[in-house]
Amino acid sequence: MDLTYSAAEEAFRAEAREWLEANVPHDLASGDTAAGFAQHLEWEKRLFEARWAVVSWPEDYGGRDASIWEWLIFEEEYYRAGAPMRVTQNGIFLLAPTLFEFGTPAQQDRVLPRMAAAADLWCQGWSEPGAGSDLAATKSRAVRDEEAGGWRLTGQKTWTTRGAFCTHMFGLFRTDPESERHRGLTYFMVPLDAEGVTVRGFERLDGDEGFAEVFLEDAFIPDDAAIGEVGEGWRVAMATTGSERGLTLRSPGRFLSAAGRLAELARNNPRASAARVDRVARAWIEAEAYQQFTLKQVTDIAAGRAPGAQSSLNKLFWSELDIRLQETALDLLGPEAELDGPWSRAFLFALAGPIYAGTNEIQRNIVAERLLGLPRK
Amino acid sequence: MRFALTDDQAALRDAVRELLTRECPPDAVRAAWPGPGTDPDRVAAIWAKLAEMGVLGAAVPEADGGLGLGACDLVPLLEEAGRVALPLPLVETAFVAAPLLAATGAQDELLGRLVAGEAIVAVSLDGSGLVPFAGVAEVLLLGAGPGAAIGLSPAAAAEPVDSIDGARGLGRADAEAPATPLDLDPRERDGAWDRGVLGAAAQLVGLSRTLLALSDEYVKERRQFGVPIGSFQAVKHQLADALLALEFAAPMVLRAAWSLDHGEPTASRNVAAAKALASDAAEQVAATALQVHGAIAYTTEYDLHLFAKRVWASARAWGDAEWQRARVAAALDLNPASAVPLP
Repeated sequence: MDLTYSAAEEAFRAEAREWLEANVPHDLASGDTAAGFAQHLEWEKRLFEARWAVVSWPEDYGGRDASIWEWLIFEEEYYRAGAPMRVTQNGIFLLAPTLFEFGTPAQQDRVLPRMAAAADLWCQGWSEPGAGSDLAATKSRAVRDEEAGGWRLTGQKTWTTRGAFCTHMFGLFRTDPESERHRGLTYFMVPLDAEGVTVRGFERLDGDEGFAEVFLEDAFIPDDAAIGEVGEGWRVAMATTGSERGLTLRSPGRFLSAAGRLAELARNNPRASAARVDRVARAWIEAEAYQQFTLKQVTDIAAGRAPGAQSSLNKLFWSELDIRLQETALDLLGPEAELDGPWSRAFLFALAGPIYAGTNEIQRNIVAERLLGLPRK
Repeated sequence: MRFALTDDQAALRDAVRELLTRECPPDAVRAAWPGPGTDPDRVAAIWAKLAEMGVLGAAVPEADGGLGLGACDLVPLLEEAGRVALPLPLVETAFVAAPLLAATGAQDELLGRLVAGEAIVAVSLDGSGLVPFAGVAEVLLLGAGPGAAIGLSPAAAAEPVDSIDGARGLGRADAEAPATPLDLDPRERDGAWDRGVLGAAAQLVGLSRTLLALSDEYVKERRQFGVPIGSFQAVKHQLADALLALEFAAPMVLRAAWSLDHGEPTASRNVAAAKALASDAAEQVAATALQVHGAIAYTTEYDLHLFAKRVWASARAWGDAEWQRARVAAALDLNPASAVPLP
C-alpha cells in the first residue's frame, strides 16, 4: 500500500490547479442547449490550447502523455475547480479509447487531433427505437457499395446525446443481412453532414435539447470509416461500453466535489435535521468509498489487468449515489428545491444515470453473471 | 500510488487463511457454542496455532517480542478471522489490547503471556459493559465509552450472559470501574478505540465474503421450476446488490488502516466511514443470504446462521452504521439543527 502521489504527480496537480483556478469559466448556459453548447466549445478550445483537453493522450495528438494516475488527479482538480461538463466527452472518453485499441494509424491521425481540438464533435449512435438495453437487436444496416468503395447506411439511431450539436457519430450497423444478434455488426464513424443523414434534436426531461434522433437513408461512408474488422463491431463496441460504464466517464473527482458542496449546503442549514445530516454523511462516505474503489481499480489497470465486468459495479454505484446525493440536497432546500438552479438541474441530470450506458437492470445481470458466475438461463 | 497489499502482506494473509481454513471449519465454530457439542479444547487449539504463527503479537513492537506490524498488515488477517467466524477475540486481544499494553510499558508480564497465547484479553470500550469472549478470557480491558478512561479487570468480573451468537462467550461487566486503571495518553486511548472499530469492520468484510460465497454456491445448485434459482433475475439482482455493497466497503477498510498507520489527520473519520460501510454491507449480505437460501437458512443445522449471527452482533458492536455516520458528520463540522425548522 502506498497512498501517496510522487513529487512529479503533485507538481502535475499544482500546475493543473493553478491553470484551472485562473481559467475556469463560471455561469455558462447548459451545454445541452445550442447557445450553451457554443460557450462550452469555447472552453474546450481553451483547454486544448493549454494542452489540458486530453491529458492522457500522446503529445502529438495534443495530450501530455499523462499516466492514468495523473489523469485521475486532473479529473479531481477539474471538478474541484467547478469546471464545466465536457461536451467532448463522448468522443474523448468513448470513441478515442476504441480508436487507440482498434483503429489504424491513419484513422488515429485523421480523427484524434481534430477530436482533441474540438474541431470535430462526436456523438454515440448506439440506441435505436427497437434496440435499447438489448443493443444486439440493432437493425440499422450497411449495404456494400463495391463501385464507390464503401458502405451505404440506412436506419435510425435515437437518444443520441447532443446529436443536434455534433458533427460526427460513431455507431453499430448490421453489415451482414443474414446475421443475428451480436454477429455481423460493424463499428462505423459517420459524418453527420453526409448526404442522406437527417438529425432531429428534441428535448430531454430537463427541457434541454440534449437528445437527437438520427435518420440514415442510403448515406455513403468510405471503407476507412470502419473501426476494426467488418463483422467484428460487437467486440469493438464492448471495449467502449466498458469505458462508458467505468471510471473514464465518471471519475471520483465529480462525486467528491459534489459531496463537498452538499456538506457545505447542510452546514448551518435550519433544515438539516439529524436524519438529513445522516444522509449527507452517507453520501459523503459513499463518494469517499468510490474514490478508494477507484484507486484500487486503477492499481489493477496500471498493472495490466483490465477491469472488465467490474465497470458495471462502478456504474451501479456512481449512478445510484448521485441520485441519493442530489435528493438529499433538494430536501435541504425544501420548497426552494423546485427553483431552476444548479441543484435542481443536477438532480434531473442524475435521474438519467441509472438508464444510460446500459440500464442498471442490465448492469445487475452483468454483475451476477460475470462476477458471481450465475447462470444466464 | 499503489492500492494493493504488498507481497509480504499478501503472503501473511494467505498463511493465516490456510491455517484458519484448516483449523476453524464451521464445526470448530459450533464447538465454541454451549451445549452438548461444546469442545473448549478444540477452540483453544486454534488460538495456540495463531500464537505459534506470531499473529497474536503481530501488532506488538519487536522490542516487546512482537512482529511490529501495522494496521495494513493486520486488517487482512482480521478479515480472514471474519471469513471463518473465528470464535475467539483476535481483534480484541491482538489488535486492540496488545499494542495498548505495550504502550503502557507497565504490563510486560501480561503482554508476554498474551503474545505466547497463554492469556486472552477480552475488550469492551463502547460503554455497554457487554464483553464478547469474556468466557474464554483471563483479563478484561474495559472502558465506559469512546474517550473514557480504560482499565483492566479480571475475567471473573464478568457475568456470563446469553447472546444470539453462542460462540461469542458474552459477559457483562462494570465498564465504569475497572480494577486496574491504565495510565494512557489520550492518543493511545483513542487509538485503541479506532483499532477496535476498524478490526470489527474488517471482520464484517470477511463474514460478508463467506455469506456471499455460500449464497452464490447455493443458488447455482438449488433448482426450482426446473432451473437453478440463480438464473432468476429477482435472485441475481439481490446478490449483485450484496456484492456491490461489499466491494465498496472493503477498500474503505484498507484505506482507514493506511490512515492509521500513517497518522493521517483524517484517520478516525476514515475508520468511522469504514465501519459504517462495513456494518451496512454485512447486514445487507446477511439478509440477502437468508432470503436466497429460503427455509434451509432458517435452521441451526445449516451453517449459515453461524456467520449471520456474528454479523448481527458485530454490526452494532463498536458503534453501528448510523452512529459512525454521526462521527463522520461531526468531523465534517455538520451539526443537526436544534430547532424544528420551517417545512
